[in-house]
Amino acid sequence: MQNIETAQGQSTVKRQRRMSSLNRVLKYVLVRGLTLLVTVTIGVYLAILIANGGGYVDEMRKGQIRESISIQMAGNPENAFLTLQERRELEESMVNTQIQQLGLHRPFAVRSFEYLWNGLTLDLGRADYLLSDSGSRQVRAILGERLGPTLILMATGQLILFFSSLALGLVLSRRYGSFLDKLIIALAPTSSAPAWFYGMFFILIFSAVLGWLPFGGMVGAPPPQSTFWRIMSTLKHMILPIAALVLSRLFSGAYSRRTFFLIYSSEDYVEMAKAKGLNDREIERRYVLRPTLPTIITSFMLTIIGLWTGAIVFETVFNWPGIGRLTQQAINMFDTPVIVATTVIYAYLLAATIFLLDIIYALVDPRVKIGGGGRS
Amino acid sequence: MKATLSNAFRQMRRYPSAVVGSIIILFLVFMAIYAVVAIPYSEAVRLWRGADNVWMETPRNAAPAWFNLFYREKQPVTIVMRTTDESSPKTIVDLGDGVATSDFVFEFDYEYDGFPTEMSVFFNATYTAARPNVALKWITPDGREIQIADVSVRTNENYSISQDTRVTRRLGGVVPERGLFADPANPNKVLKGTYKLVGEGLVFEEGSSVDASMVIYGKLHGLAGTDHRRRDITIALLWGTPVALAFGLVAAVGSSIATMFLGAASVWFGGWIDWLIRRINEVVMILPLLPILIMVGLFYSRSIWVMLSIVILLGIFGSGILSYRAMFLQVRESGYIDAARAYGAGSGRIIFRYMIPKIIPTLIPGFVTQVPAFVFLEATLSVLGLGDPVLPTWGKLLNDAQGNGALLNGYFYWVLEPAFLLMLAGLGFAMLGFALDRIFNPRLRGI
Repeated sequence: MQNIETAQGQSTVKRQRRMSSLNRVLKYVLVRGLTLLVTVTIGVYLAILIANGGGYVDEMRKGQIRESISIQMAGNPENAFLTLQERRELEESMVNTQIQQLGLHRPFAVRSFEYLWNGLTLDLGRADYLLSDSGSRQVRAILGERLGPTLILMATGQLILFFSSLALGLVLSRRYGSFLDKLIIALAPTSSAPAWFYGMFFILIFSAVLGWLPFGGMVGAPPPQSTFWRIMSTLKHMILPIAALVLSRLFSGAYSRRTFFLIYSSEDYVEMAKAKGLNDREIERRYVLRPTLPTIITSFMLTIIGLWTGAIVFETVFNWPGIGRLTQQAINMFDTPVIVATTVIYAYLLAATIFLLDIIYALVDPRVKIGGGGRS
Repeated sequence: MKATLSNAFRQMRRYPSAVVGSIIILFLVFMAIYAVVAIPYSEAVRLWRGADNVWMETPRNAAPAWFNLFYREKQPVTIVMRTTDESSPKTIVDLGDGVATSDFVFEFDYEYDGFPTEMSVFFNATYTAARPNVALKWITPDGREIQIADVSVRTNENYSISQDTRVTRRLGGVVPERGLFADPANPNKVLKGTYKLVGEGLVFEEGSSVDASMVIYGKLHGLAGTDHRRRDITIALLWGTPVALAFGLVAAVGSSIATMFLGAASVWFGGWIDWLIRRINEVVMILPLLPILIMVGLFYSRSIWVMLSIVILLGIFGSGILSYRAMFLQVRESGYIDAARAYGAGSGRIIFRYMIPKIIPTLIPGFVTQVPAFVFLEATLSVLGLGDPVLPTWGKLLNDAQGNGALLNGYFYWVLEPAFLLMLAGLGFAMLGFALDRIFNPRLRGI
């Protein structure tokens, strides 16, 4: 009787503990999410300040107003009777009224907050030259089309990179001092080159010389009719970029994982576990992998930030129709609204990546669950 | 301090990667010094801009000359002959009334298996009203004479034989640079031997003269080849070295030293300073570095020094600050800091004399490993077309190569040469940095 009661008591305690740890994780994630939102806001504001240093955002808005008014006037049959002079004056006065209405005459300090809101909601007006595939000038439409390919490529690459460097690191720490171990240590410095650099070589070898894989792009031309073959074609186009992405960070990643594992496997509690007679897999999983995971996630976060930064050239080299390639096109055409928008999007993507890793961090780091302070 | 450093140097010799890395860095430093001494800054900028027709006598998209060592069929290098040189002087005969003949013969041996890429004759004349006239004739090794053209020479006359369709027609529809060198028995083969370009000139005024130079553009040029604008790639390769080293070193050293001070201040003062520094760090982590550099490049300046300052500014508050903070947190708890406090040392003294020297050994591998990232960042910017507007750099070579389809057209040397140097710089610093990390970081020693 008493036994059952204690058992019940234990299970409620357990449940309560689980509840409270869930609460803590949620609280942690919420706090991190809010902090990131604040930092994104500040980041976007800084980006707007930089862009507007040359008065470009203002120019952008005024140009937009002028364009829409002249279109409006051209479409109005009444204006056909006016002389050119009168027409110009009318247009000028309409533009001025509109500028007054939109408050463009107000000081920049006031307006910058309006821009900030527009920036955060990605309402960045119309592109000067670039068009979306559906023919829209809306920056948001253009970005929407390009976001998918970027996410597909980067997410696949980053996931493969994370798990392969973790696995390789584990293998190396098990075979500490072997030929493979020494080889990877010797290869680790090659990771100083960015992914696009390897991409260039891969294109040279596999596309230009051997002709096995396409030079770039996302699907073959013309795109295959059936969905299945279109997906296969995209996968074929992804081989080289993903290989470049993974190879550019794999060796140094594996090297640092291995070093972490080795440092942690010389801790006393690991010796203790060995003395208890636990098998190697068990020790690795519970006493080595578990405590190193938070540190590994943090260092992986830095890697990913580096990868995002390189994405612009990376996509350009592979002609991948993503945000990075869009940025490059916008630079070449001097399409200011698009450049500002891509900066904002990258800030969002970086924040989203960090947020995602924060959630994983909260799930694997016992300090968050039991409430012993966060990361620092 | 001193003892640690000299000890570190002794240990370095035991790490092959440290030795190899140091050798590579030394080699690059010598190359940089040579570049700056041999081609002064202004000269490099002028040559790379290609003003004043400085690249008139180099072929377009030519591979390096040493490629011939690996070719069974030897490809031509550019042949240049001038009447102002002693080897082929003008013969002038005065005919009276100011009229004179001014003849020249350019005689050269052509022993290559490949045809040249282009042929041009450049004239330089002085006259007041009546232009000199030059008749050009081609004599092949087997004695055939081919009329090329009658040129009425202006002050600076560029006559391109390759683009003269009349010569093409006379040769039966074959472009001149092939037709003039082809073996009559086998039009796909070069007839080797001594060729002559004979120029019979007439000047019609007292004091009028005409000089000529003939350029037969080859397929190979110099140490590194040429690009689409006939510029010698060697110049960009050489000058890219000091630029890359300066950018990488200044950015790495500048940002890591400043970061270290901030980390120390953050830990020592704590409170709102610590809070502020950490919040700034969080914002900077979100800021996408490359797009911001792109905006600066587009809206303000593309100068490499402006870019460098921004990189340092953002780098100061970058991810490094967290690791320095963690290190200083440990240092702060050491006994000797308490001792310093006890004798009444001020904050400045404690930070500069006691906290920072303790960290410097870990700083060194840190910034050495950071150098490649910045070297490649410069290349990345250039590849995006945001390189320094005047300086030739490795990244700009890659950008040109990519923009002109070097890989598609098979000009692999154009991509491989700058890429090789970039890789060399990256590897050199990374190898040294990894080794230093293992020497200075006691937890890694022996692992």
